[in-house]
Amino acid sequence: MHEMSLCEGILDVLQQQAKQQQFVRVKTVWLEIGKLSSVEPDALRFGFDVVMQGSLAESATLEIIEVDGQAWCFACQQQIIIEHRYDGCPLCGAYQLQINDGEQMRIKELEVA
Amino acid sequence: MCIDCGCSAGDAKIVGHSHDHDHAHSHDHHHENRLSPVHAHAPNINPARIVKIEQDILGKNNQYAQVNRDYFHLHKIFTLNLVSSPGSGKTSLLTKTIELLKAELSISVIEGDQQTSNDAERIRATGVKAVQINTGKGCHLDAHGIGHAIETLAPEDNSLLFIENVGNLVCPSAFDLGEAHKVVILSVTEGEDKPLKYPDMFAAADIMLLNKIDLLPHVDFDVAQCIEYARRVNPRIKVLQVSARTGEGLAVWLQWLKASHSVALIG
Repeated sequence: MHEMSLCEGILDVLQQQAKQQQFVRVKTVWLEIGKLSSVEPDALRFGFDVVMQGSLAESATLEIIEVDGQAWCFACQQQIIIEHRYDGCPLCGAYQLQINDGEQMRIKELEVA
Repeated sequence: MCIDCGCSAGDAKIVGHSHDHDHAHSHDHHHENRLSPVHAHAPNINPARIVKIEQDILGKNNQYAQVNRDYFHLHKIFTLNLVSSPGSGKTSLLTKTIELLKAELSISVIEGDQQTSNDAERIRATGVKAVQINTGKGCHLDAHGIGHAIETLAPEDNSLLFIENVGNLVCPSAFDLGEAHKVVILSVTEGEDKPLKYPDMFAAADIMLLNKIDLLPHVDFDVAQCIEYARRVNPRIKVLQVSARTGEGLAVWLQWLKASHSVALIG
């Protein structure tokens, strides 16, 4: 359940940004979560509501933008999309893949007041 | 409350060998390079507006990890983060490794468990320094806790530091502690498909130690299949087969440790 720790990390960023960018309430948080990151969106949503209670982001809406896993297949010499880390190339079945997108866990933007 | 970095202690507790305490002590490495101020506009308060952030959720952990990594580099401490599920024989493998290496290298250990100091006591029984971090409700060690544990432990310069993470094949994969390598330990009494079931951890690790190979005649564990699964998620993973109980395969592991430690000394 490291999603709770991640939510605490999000709250830290919100509190710091509130000081720097002069806002007092967070209404919406947009996260970019790669499908290959070790994050379970449902667990993150649950943790988010719990961790944000009593904070500047209490009752804020969490919007999760899921990003496809992408990799370079050395056998096919082209960019492919994979659903899981253990997937082979959907074109040739090889596992010699270099993952190059879909591992991110980023706070993208906020709607604040 | 931590004096220098302003942390509130939370559930994590560092249990040293001479004194038990929540972390309330000062320390000489600072944790100040936090999230960079991206925008510092003059106040322009609107009822509602959109603020671009573009920050990694793990950014803070990663910054603490970088502080730890710089510290290890400066003091030439070769650090390994040992990860596995509970019961893989991590602590047994570690105590055996220490017994075989302690005459040649200075070694210290940070032990992570949800509760108890049992593992740190097992390590100290070998004669090396160890501190225990109890994560309380936490399921993984984080880089901030490791920074504090280093102050308590005070590993020697030019030494080898093992961090034994909480037994969990999920969460510790996401948290960089500043280590040189993650080493994942899998025992042959587990399923050979664990690399597929917990791919994040096997992708994050540089080395897989396949432990308890003395039990292979008694279990249905397909070593070749396991290695093939591990390489599906991480084509570069190095695999060593060992038995902490009989000592089989440990010579290669020790050789790798000594060679890697020597490289770390070069800097």
